[in-house]
Amino acid sequence: MKFKNLFMAGTFLAASVASSFAGTLEDVKARGILNCGVSEGVPGFSNPDASGNWAGLDSDICRAVATAIFNDANKVNFVPLASKQKILAVVTGQVDLTSRTTTWTMKRDTKEGVDFTTIVFYDGQSFMVRKSTGIADAKQLNGASICVTAGTTTELNLTDFAASNNLKIEAVVFEGKKEAVNAYKAGRCDALTTDTSQLTAFRTTMKDPAEHVILTKLISKEPLSPLVRHGDNKWKDLVTWVINGLITAEELGVTQANAVDMLKSSKNPTVQRLLGGSGDFGPYIGLEKDWMFNVISKLGNYSEIYERNLGKSTPLKMERGANALPRDGGLLYAPAFR
Amino acid sequence: MTLSVFQPAPDLPPPPGQTGLWRFVREHFFKDATSSVLTVLGLLFIYSIAEPLFSWFFLDAVFVGDAKTCNQADGACWAFVGSQVKLFLFGPFPRDILWRPSLAGGLLAAVFAVTALRLVSVRYMVLLWCALVLVSYWLIGGGYGLQPVPSTKWGGLMLTLLLAVVGILFSVPIGIMLALGRRSKFGTISFLSTAIIEGTRGIPLITIIFMATILLPLFLSDGVQLGTVFRVQIGIILFSSAYIAEVVRGGLQSINRGQHEAANALGLSYWQTTGLVILPQALAKVLSPLIGRCIALLKDTTLVIVIGLLDFLGIAKAAAQNPEWLGFEAEALVFTAAVFWVMCFGLSRYGRSLEKTGAEKNH
Repeated sequence: MKFKNLFMAGTFLAASVASSFAGTLEDVKARGILNCGVSEGVPGFSNPDASGNWAGLDSDICRAVATAIFNDANKVNFVPLASKQKILAVVTGQVDLTSRTTTWTMKRDTKEGVDFTTIVFYDGQSFMVRKSTGIADAKQLNGASICVTAGTTTELNLTDFAASNNLKIEAVVFEGKKEAVNAYKAGRCDALTTDTSQLTAFRTTMKDPAEHVILTKLISKEPLSPLVRHGDNKWKDLVTWVINGLITAEELGVTQANAVDMLKSSKNPTVQRLLGGSGDFGPYIGLEKDWMFNVISKLGNYSEIYERNLGKSTPLKMERGANALPRDGGLLYAPAFR
Repeated sequence: MTLSVFQPAPDLPPPPGQTGLWRFVREHFFKDATSSVLTVLGLLFIYSIAEPLFSWFFLDAVFVGDAKTCNQADGACWAFVGSQVKLFLFGPFPRDILWRPSLAGGLLAAVFAVTALRLVSVRYMVLLWCALVLVSYWLIGGGYGLQPVPSTKWGGLMLTLLLAVVGILFSVPIGIMLALGRRSKFGTISFLSTAIIEGTRGIPLITIIFMATILLPLFLSDGVQLGTVFRVQIGIILFSSAYIAEVVRGGLQSINRGQHEAANALGLSYWQTTGLVILPQALAKVLSPLIGRCIALLKDTTLVIVIGLLDFLGIAKAAAQNPEWLGFEAEALVFTAAVFWVMCFGLSRYGRSLEKTGAEKNH
């Protein structure tokens, strides 16, 4: 424990050294490129494609921030981070922003020297079942045998879910994820449970992916959010509002294709504020007036980014589920853009 | 009178069934009941392991196709490796100028061949390797008329080879200097060398790599910007030099005092004694562990994944997370292992050939 405190003191010392320089935005502008931490490979979130370009939802968040600042989606230096490093790298200033499937927890937010910006993906534990079973809701799993990995929170969540819903569930426990998946493939259990994002990845490895359904109900909270160094509020505001802008654009129906027309002819005042037609919203966070226009016309709105990386047209075929706008039954909600 | 010389009759051929392969098999594998049973059991055991492996590798494997075809098959998906091979070799290096790292790789192979076949003298070999490093850095990094490519775009096998080759080329001479320094008569030099060697050997490589990337920038003054690759390269050279220094010191200590004294008596200076008399003998003695260190260094470069550099192994693992090709990690790892094996085995064979010629010279 003492060592851990010492370690934390060390990271804060490093952070204070780093923060004694100018604000992150000024550093990024002076450097001319955004250092953005991503994963070493999480399918659909951040992974190098065959030509070595970073693809995925998290990678596109990095590009959106870079575009808001530089009006150039290529001014990103992607830094692959191991899971252990995702916090440390942003604390020490190795990256300006970590966009790497990181769950927003109180401890990380308050004790580890980082600030979370806003949720880009509501992940959480769910179930995969065979289509032939006809199960559409997790509560229909009474009496089912379910493959799960041992000693993880996944297993605890499953028992909690069963107890609180009065379901009789037979947990078939495995040492590793791969074993659990193979057992499900071989038909040893009726369902497989882990985080939705992983279930969709496992589904693509099935002989016939269309035969398997992932239930949209989440039984645990894994809200994924990009994070920045604690204490640079201006920078945190910037990243947060780029993401809010992407979500707002989806609400308003502003897309990559129609952004130019919307800016020219839309009578909706929110559209005009978003695209820089009126107001000084860019300058509020130290950017140009057309910051969001640039982002949307280069990368599209949240829905376009989601569909490109995780949606129906990709092998992952992930349902929007909780990651849809409230009007479509999801949780994705941006504060008012004014 | 003529001497009658005894002429033996020509040998009769052995009775049928007593020659060739059949006899060998019978005598070695089916001598009696026990050995027959053991042979059959052994063959069954080997078959039970080899058959599924062979099926996975070749019979059921998919060589051409996409992820769908692979998911239908039971064997390996070599189509995946084929589709990602550029990524494995060059990482995110810009695709339109792949000829540059390819040329650097070709030059490396050529220089290695020239060295292994001993086509030129040692002096030119050193020059050749130094030129190779400079040319490779120019080809890969650009500048001086070529389009610059930042080190964040370096990756794959190219990065692994760059780190390993530059690491070996620098750490061997630095290691030799440290070993000589440790045995120096001058207290300061000897103390400093010892401090560097022991200090570095006391720290795991992974820590050195971390320190090089996270702490080094904090110490450097504001204007100095060193790319991650260079910082890691410095860390690897430092680490490897310390180990090589101790290997070389072992060789130095094995040289008889008489050699020093004879050289002194001939009026040779310290550097002449060391360079012409002591080192050639000492290095010949420690060739085997020296090559061992080089192989270890080559494999140690895979640790750079911890600071976010995607070397050959890192990029192979990341490529297996491409949504288009999920579930083929095993193939990626088998391919990586095979390439590493070829490289390490090549180094090892080169070391063996050096040892042989060294032995011929000494005897």
